[in-house]
Amino acid sequence: MIRQDFSRIDAKRKHADHRKKQFATPQYAALQYDTRLNFYTIPPTADITLEQFEQWAIDRLRVLAELEACSFRNKTPQETAAYMKPLLDKYLPLSGTSSGSSKLQEERMKDHYSHFILRLAFASTEDLRRRFSRVESMLFRLRFMENDIKERQLFVEGLNLEWDIVGKEEKMRWSEELRAAAGGPLVLRNVEDESWFKVDWERVPELVEGRRVFVRGGKAYVPGREQISMVVAEFTKRLDKALEMTSRALPRLDEDDRLTPILAHLSNNFTTPDASYSSSATSLPGADISARNIDNLSSSFPLCMQNLHRSLRRDAHLKHYGRLQYTLFLKGIGLNLEECLVFWRTAFSKITDDTFNKEYRYNVRHAYGDVGGDSNRRGNGYSPFSCQKILTEHPPGPGESHGCPYRHFSIDNLTALLQAVGVKDHEVLRGVKEDKEKMKFHMACNRVFEYAHKQEIKKVKEDGTWGAAELETIVHPNEYFKRSYLLKNLGKKEAASEDEERADVKMED
Amino acid sequence: MPHSVSPEESASPDADAIIGEPKPENIELHESAGTVVADSVGPIEPSQASDDQDMMMADAGAVEEKMPVKMEATAEVKLEDLFADMDSDEEFPSSTGQGVNISNSPEAPASPLHLGPTSSASDPQVMRSFYQRLFPWRYLFQWLNHSPTPSTDFGHREFAFTLPNDAYLRYQSFPTHDLLRKDVLRLMPSRFEIGPVYSTNPRDRKTLRKSAAFKPIAKELCFDIDLTDYDDIRTCCDKANICNKCWQFITMAIKVVDVALRDDFGFKHIMWVYSGRRGAHAWVCDKKARQMDDQKRRALAGYLEVIKGGAQGGKRVNIKRPLHPHVARSLDILKSHFQNDILHDQDPWETDEKFDRLLQLLPDKTLNEALRKKWNSAPGRASTAKWTDIDALAKSGMSKSLDAKALLDAKQDIVLEYTYPRLDIEVSKHLNHLLKSPFVVHPGTGRVCVPINTKHCEDFDPLSVPTVTDLLREIDEWTAPEDANGKIAQDWEKTSLKPYVEYFRSFVLGIMKDEKDVKVKREREEAGDAMEF
Repeated sequence: MIRQDFSRIDAKRKHADHRKKQFATPQYAALQYDTRLNFYTIPPTADITLEQFEQWAIDRLRVLAELEACSFRNKTPQETAAYMKPLLDKYLPLSGTSSGSSKLQEERMKDHYSHFILRLAFASTEDLRRRFSRVESMLFRLRFMENDIKERQLFVEGLNLEWDIVGKEEKMRWSEELRAAAGGPLVLRNVEDESWFKVDWERVPELVEGRRVFVRGGKAYVPGREQISMVVAEFTKRLDKALEMTSRALPRLDEDDRLTPILAHLSNNFTTPDASYSSSATSLPGADISARNIDNLSSSFPLCMQNLHRSLRRDAHLKHYGRLQYTLFLKGIGLNLEECLVFWRTAFSKITDDTFNKEYRYNVRHAYGDVGGDSNRRGNGYSPFSCQKILTEHPPGPGESHGCPYRHFSIDNLTALLQAVGVKDHEVLRGVKEDKEKMKFHMACNRVFEYAHKQEIKKVKEDGTWGAAELETIVHPNEYFKRSYLLKNLGKKEAASEDEERADVKMED
Repeated sequence: MPHSVSPEESASPDADAIIGEPKPENIELHESAGTVVADSVGPIEPSQASDDQDMMMADAGAVEEKMPVKMEATAEVKLEDLFADMDSDEEFPSSTGQGVNISNSPEAPASPLHLGPTSSASDPQVMRSFYQRLFPWRYLFQWLNHSPTPSTDFGHREFAFTLPNDAYLRYQSFPTHDLLRKDVLRLMPSRFEIGPVYSTNPRDRKTLRKSAAFKPIAKELCFDIDLTDYDDIRTCCDKANICNKCWQFITMAIKVVDVALRDDFGFKHIMWVYSGRRGAHAWVCDKKARQMDDQKRRALAGYLEVIKGGAQGGKRVNIKRPLHPHVARSLDILKSHFQNDILHDQDPWETDEKFDRLLQLLPDKTLNEALRKKWNSAPGRASTAKWTDIDALAKSGMSKSLDAKALLDAKQDIVLEYTYPRLDIEVSKHLNHLLKSPFVVHPGTGRVCVPINTKHCEDFDPLSVPTVTDLLREIDEWTAPEDANGKIAQDWEKTSLKPYVEYFRSFVLGIMKDEKDVKVKREREEAGDAMEF
């Protein structure tokens, strides 16, 4: 034990004597930006003005926010790149070395500084750190992709990552497997021509997950062109670590109060464009939301929920994620806990009260925040799932009915389901098929919505009662229901609101 | 607490005298301690969750932990008597079971336990004897602790109990197996599960200033395969029922997953465990596997997952060509099983509705029509014949547009859809997932969750796995061999549990050896550094 302690202290002493450290003159690294990309390992040390400090940070933030929005809208990498190009050129230009631009060093400096300023702004909480590292990695990936090959190579070599290069002999031995694993659209003509790296498989989890590399004895054999995911993973890893360190240093930030307000302001403005759900925005005054009325209301449900409802009525049962997705949706439309329990109890008609109480009641109550840990109760349980969440998390497995039918059904089953719920128009079905092929599941859902409420939408547009804001793309099942319900009950709704208005007038008198 | 009586004190009246409480109260304390739930998980009856009962529970725990371990070992039988006595007072006011036990056990500690004709797996008496005499506590401890001396690997490990009243008691932890064993005997859970090792002791989680300081840091990588996931393709049984025919699905799954984990990912310490009814669990215990975070677990699970989507998803195998080496190897393993276990034994496309499913998966319309015609004219044609019909008709060249490559790919996909392991992937993805411990008794079947030797996994027969009542009877029937030389046999050695415990022991020894080697090596290296300095 004693010996171990020795060696540890020794390792730390390498850097500096901690007592002298605070008096030591800071070591300025002469910053010469050789490559376009930056791993942001060395913090900047030169002076900049306060205006620059704020302006650069805001510019970068704008880019990051747009990038995050792209991912929420399920854009493909190509679309994202096309969408981001003008924005990047405007706010955060970064030219390649070969372009010979005179502003090369300036651009790179801005990129470097703004990154570190935002690091300070977003290191404070776990949530912010996670989001920041996610979007920064996306930005890095985007830029890495558009780099020319030579520069990319130079950059990667400069990183000094510990990768083994697979020797010729080993390449020959596994040639068959390497070829098969690399596969895909770009089948290699010649395994020997490609360069291969050998790394611990843990370093390339996404390649392993997609079975895009050959794995043997705990090592993944990565083809040269898959470099990017390794480089990005390394980038994320280092950034996460650095953010963690920054957050620990934050309380001891040696600072007069000029920077703190700017930093606080920056992190507050990093708003989530995710379609978040708020209970007040989706409540429907006057609607009869009760267990026995769900069957009627279900005609206004989006397809994912209609599917759950149909499965539930067919099997008198739903599996865990199905129950969760549906319970939260019902909670979102305003079904209270008691009614919700009644609903599930009657829906699960094949089981005894005892089984229901033992196995299901708790989960429903948990979703409503009636039981569970402190934070769950304070937060009133979970929020209803957004399309984003339904599309990306927990794809349905055998016997499960949750998820998004537009995404998780085969086209034949999807068509059959749509026809069963009354969408029979060939034009619409063809549109849905095309949307599905392009992975635009939102579009498909909104297309069906527009078809199902054709008349009503036309009417509100003509009346001018609904503006563009009320008719923008639906990205939340509860929004779908709310809009559908309002449209289907136009007459009644108006009558009710007129009554209200009259009452208001009277009160003012 | 009666636990704290010294071994010299015998039956319950003395215990009461020491504690100085009237007997009825003492019993009540026991009862309530058994039903209090540590956290707000699981259904709780409101009246039982009051604060003062929590206090009692905490007190009880404190007393137990202070008690020296050695005493527990010697006091074993007598402690049991205390419990047995109490329980029978409460639960069997006038049954014969009570008499048998009290008169029997005190004077003859190693004497057989006589079971009435009605005893079954759910009988608390049976379960108590099992946990007391047969459960391999020591090896369980060594397995989770990775060394003979207690460490945080075991001490910070979460255990979760399912109590007889179906309450679920989470975040239990124990410094040693003796204390775990004692709590199991006290609470008599119908089963218990093993969770991750946490950064701090799970029992202290609420005393921490920052909740972030309490997080899972290590757990074996687990896989769960359940026959209910095969319901759409197995024809012999459904739901919770199994037979030897459908058990073949599990055998195939073990073969495919095991070889991938060993060859591809380089794991060595993989234990497969029968889940007691209709499935199997895998525990990958290599240090590297235990320390994987959720992202890596997800990646590995994704690597092994081939069958995706629900019943509505249409074609469920979508793999790219050329086949990834893992898929190609799996296909090789599964081919013969497909021929015997699927086509012959399961006969999945026997009737009209069923072969529709097969035709859906084939690519060529003309060929499908021809096949449909042929099969409609010969109802009840066996699946084996139908499978060969596909190639026979394809070769006859009746379909001009037939793409031989597409047909071959489709056939490979079908083989995979009907044989490739269907993993419950959520179990593998998360570090903090709880999984039933090996060697517990499945409360429904009474069968012990025994490890499956992968070298002979084809010989494993789930229906001949010993049940807890079998085992207790075997202890009774056992007679010491002539040449025993006074060596006392452990109770498990007297039963058919023996090969399973021995397998478990050698598995655990393998892990401990590996981890010990690493430690010695590291120390040597560090010593070297120090010398240089």
